[in-house]
Amino acid sequence: MKNLEDLEKFINSELTSKINNSLIKHETIYINIDHDELVDVISFLKTNKETKFRQLIEITAVDYPENENRFKMVYLLLSHEYNQRIIIDYSIKENGVISSLTSIFPAANWMEREVFDMYGLNFKNHPDLRRILTDYGFEGHPLRKDFPLTGHNEVRYSEEQKKVIYEPVKLEQNYRNFDYESPWEGTKYIKEIKKS
Amino acid sequence: MAKEKKTLNLNFGPQHPAAHGVLRLILQLDGEVVEKADPHIGLLHRGTEKLIENKTYIQAVPYFDRLDYVAPMNQEHAFALAIEKILKIEVPSRAKYIRVIFCEIGRILSHILNVTTQAMDVGALTPTLWGFEEREKLMGFYERVSGSRLHANYFRAGGVHKDLPSGLENDIDEFCEKFPKIIDDLETLLTDNRIFKQRNVDIGIVSKQDALDYSFSGVMLRGSGVAWDLRRSQPYDCYDDLEFKIPIGKNGDCYDRYLCRIEEMRESVKIINQCLKNIPKGPIKTEDGKISPPPKKELKESMEALIHHFKLFTEGYRVEKDEIYTAVEAPKGEFGVYLISDGSSKPYKCKIRAPGFTHLQAMDYLIKGHMLADVPAVLGSMDIVFGEVDR
Repeated sequence: MKNLEDLEKFINSELTSKINNSLIKHETIYINIDHDELVDVISFLKTNKETKFRQLIEITAVDYPENENRFKMVYLLLSHEYNQRIIIDYSIKENGVISSLTSIFPAANWMEREVFDMYGLNFKNHPDLRRILTDYGFEGHPLRKDFPLTGHNEVRYSEEQKKVIYEPVKLEQNYRNFDYESPWEGTKYIKEIKKS
Repeated sequence: MAKEKKTLNLNFGPQHPAAHGVLRLILQLDGEVVEKADPHIGLLHRGTEKLIENKTYIQAVPYFDRLDYVAPMNQEHAFALAIEKILKIEVPSRAKYIRVIFCEIGRILSHILNVTTQAMDVGALTPTLWGFEEREKLMGFYERVSGSRLHANYFRAGGVHKDLPSGLENDIDEFCEKFPKIIDDLETLLTDNRIFKQRNVDIGIVSKQDALDYSFSGVMLRGSGVAWDLRRSQPYDCYDDLEFKIPIGKNGDCYDRYLCRIEEMRESVKIINQCLKNIPKGPIKTEDGKISPPPKKELKESMEALIHHFKLFTEGYRVEKDEIYTAVEAPKGEFGVYLISDGSSKPYKCKIRAPGFTHLQAMDYLIKGHMLADVPAVLGSMDIVFGEVDR
């Protein structure tokens, strides 16, 4: 499809039952789906002649601890032929198991491993689900909002034991997070002047 | 009598000069033939994305320098563009030109490093010595404009931090005049060199389809014959007004990727030349006091400027609730920032899409069936920098 509006219409008509809503902004289409439809939607977008989203750009998750479905999974695809981008997302519970995309895009392998490592989400049918960025034997999932910025363990070389050892983080000064944000929103009359 | 087949596990790295940083590669060898490669990454993981979530938008910029540390400003660019698009900031034209000049300088910086170290990995030492002299000059430009040779922290949402110091334009121009000669010299050492060709031609071939499936971008994609460059297809800043060619490879092997990089350097020089010729006078950052700090002089006279300055460097500017993905053509490929803002002055989520991550992922696919000695050649042609792979 040449332009985004047509593409949005096309996707909506082809995948009516599978798409919850769609939106165009920043020259990208954002669509929201349910997890169960993921593999169908992605393989449709990849193979259909009118869409040809043949490159997987990124897979990532976003943590919203206050939501019932805590994580939002995000998939970014790119179509070279039509020069378009699409962002697909859905919500998933903390213990939800996600279908892996490795059979459609081999590049999904490490991206899903990263999500597994950083957010602790599980994938089914993934050939090799291991931690990727964190240390061997690391515990916890660093990008979750409840993981402390300073981490739990620190590493140093111990002169007595003649090896590198792990210890709980000990900071000379606690990490300080100042809330600089002013609750003041400005006076009303200035906004009114600006509007008129 | 049939010999018993024995596979050997070889641990390549994490401290190895040909690993281009801290890569630990577990190779399964049958004799000298690689059967399987399993890269272990993350030895340089610093939790950049987590740190960015805890910093204001202005404070997050320096982290981008530390990703791909051989082309720092290209990455700041992606982040600046993301914020600009959400806040709908109009960037002054001079700032756009300055940014493009420095992005292209970054591209040359990165390509010199890659081409020469790729040559070193296969046994040629001289190109490194020649190339690094030029990198030194380019980093000198970085220093003059931002104060530091590597970690520039120069691009801002809405423009750049400071205007070019006087005389810099001339010096860059002079560099552009001399540099093509250096590229020629490098080419005499490598392009037709028998050893260099033996080590690179037909090594690590990537087909068009596989390049797409493995999410390759940049030279890795163009080397395989896919004409795709974000500067052309999704132009940002002033790339729309500039004329440049996009070199494309044919065979998708290490040698083609080397040729692409050499040609890209030549194109970069042309782009810088055009920018220097057309660069307009004027402001270098948006004049919206809510986003960019006021000039120092005004601080002493204007109360409003003082308040703006104070608020910017304590609270920072707020970015309305939005979700955006912006990408730039960094030297190594598509570098993207997926930003979720929640209306506060800190990003809620900032996912960094590093090209090297997906390239390294394909290591197993690229090296399977090759000899052990081809590992550094393939690794070199992928242009891996661990700052961005591990983030």
